[in-house]
Amino acid sequence: MIVYDFLYNIVFNITQSAVAGDITAMVISAALPLLFLVLPFAILAVWLERKVSAHMQDRLGPMRTGSHGWLQTIADVIKLLQKEDIVANDNDRPLFNLAPILVFSGSYLVFAALPFSSAYIGSNIDLGIIFIIAASGFVVAGILMAGWSSNNKYSLLGAMRSAAQIVSYEIPTILVILTIIMITGTTNLRTLSEMQTGYFWNWMIFGGAGLSLSKFLFIPFMIIGFVTLYISTLAEVNRTPFDIPEAESELVSGYHTEYSGMKFAMFFMAEYANMFAVSAIVSAIFFGGYQSPFGYLGNTLGLTWMVPIEQFLWFASKGIFFVLVQMWLRWTLPRLRVDQLMALCWKYLIPIAFVNLIIVGLITVL
Amino acid sequence: MLTEFGKIFVFLLIAIIFVIALVFIAWLIRPARPTKEKLTTYECGENPEGSPWVKFNIRFYVVSLIFLIFDVEVVLLIPWALVYKNFGLGGFMVGAIFLILLGLGMAYEWRKGDLEWDRAKIIPPVVKRPVFSSDNTREEETLKSNILV
Repeated sequence: MIVYDFLYNIVFNITQSAVAGDITAMVISAALPLLFLVLPFAILAVWLERKVSAHMQDRLGPMRTGSHGWLQTIADVIKLLQKEDIVANDNDRPLFNLAPILVFSGSYLVFAALPFSSAYIGSNIDLGIIFIIAASGFVVAGILMAGWSSNNKYSLLGAMRSAAQIVSYEIPTILVILTIIMITGTTNLRTLSEMQTGYFWNWMIFGGAGLSLSKFLFIPFMIIGFVTLYISTLAEVNRTPFDIPEAESELVSGYHTEYSGMKFAMFFMAEYANMFAVSAIVSAIFFGGYQSPFGYLGNTLGLTWMVPIEQFLWFASKGIFFVLVQMWLRWTLPRLRVDQLMALCWKYLIPIAFVNLIIVGLITVL
Repeated sequence: MLTEFGKIFVFLLIAIIFVIALVFIAWLIRPARPTKEKLTTYECGENPEGSPWVKFNIRFYVVSLIFLIFDVEVVLLIPWALVYKNFGLGGFMVGAIFLILLGLGMAYEWRKGDLEWDRAKIIPPVVKRPVFSSDNTREEETLKSNILV
């Protein structure tokens, strides 16, 4: 991508070596989402989460550190850095230390295939969406590992619930994504975003680009698909109303009960990275990804270098919008019971996604 | 020049290095004063009682089995979804038949009660007591046939 080539050319001009250029460009472009998205987003989202929940409950939330408490998360990070890292005697040490690495790298892998803008995508693989689903399955192994090695009843129960939940809700996710693959005929997220270029009525939620009869027939089924996908991604990141894996009132805090200090912070960050990742996937699939809903300022002013930056801003703001909806739902809906959770997945979402798939298939053929 | 999957590997490395580096920095800064109480497993302030690795609900196993079936079937559908339009209505019908089979399997699991979280209720066979009649042999026969059913 453009960012990659840019970095490569700089290093190549200095060192005159293609290998050095490749390596530097690769490492820097792989670190970009971590430094400019995951870390700032985690800091912003933890603060936002507290502020949103406080204001929804008619409280003030953090107010002391900085204006309206905006430094709160940074203070928390400093505190977590100084916290003692306790590994209890009964814990299975190697697995216990490996689990945060697995969980975090699993959720960071998703960022490799997200199309941040037309100028930057970590890895432009053709299997984009499928890769993202596979990488989020990676997290399950880490969570089970954390629960198992903790030697704690709450942890094990939380890990079991979490694994069962993530695994079951993967199926409606894949079924909805299949309908999109059927319409667009591509699994590459960048191509998918490019297809939704132009104005907002070209987004997949409005049936995709073009002006045919099928576009208008798609609209209701796309809306059903979007709602199904959003619910199941919500369950995949263990957010309320699907937070039984870490139900505070029964399981202390689920699979990371035994963790403290920086390892706990890693779990926490993986959770927030996941929240953004699923929101970004929803927006990339249904809401045009990095495409602006109405043209670019850069194009009207004739400054083409501005367009990728604007695209990144659109992408980030769409992601943050869906994260805000997640926070809103957290304080609106009560937690589901285990049997309700499974019933929602297997008896409602999967049949709905199924019928949706067949109808969309029929429309594409007609 | 690495392939696109090679770039993903670099992402993986960056994530792993990031976690290890942060934990290492914290290790440099943090205090370490373990006591006996800190090193016991957390159990709401009580002494931990027994092993946590107890028998877990068998439902988790059934859920993972059903997931496995569905996941394999969905993976089979992905290549079909990419190319079926090239074959027109016939191409769609092939996938639709497969999807209907999937749906039938799902309906079977549903009917069997494997999708319920609570254990499926076993309905015991009910033997209908025949209404009293003077014909004794016939009564026995109906009883037998009812049991056989």
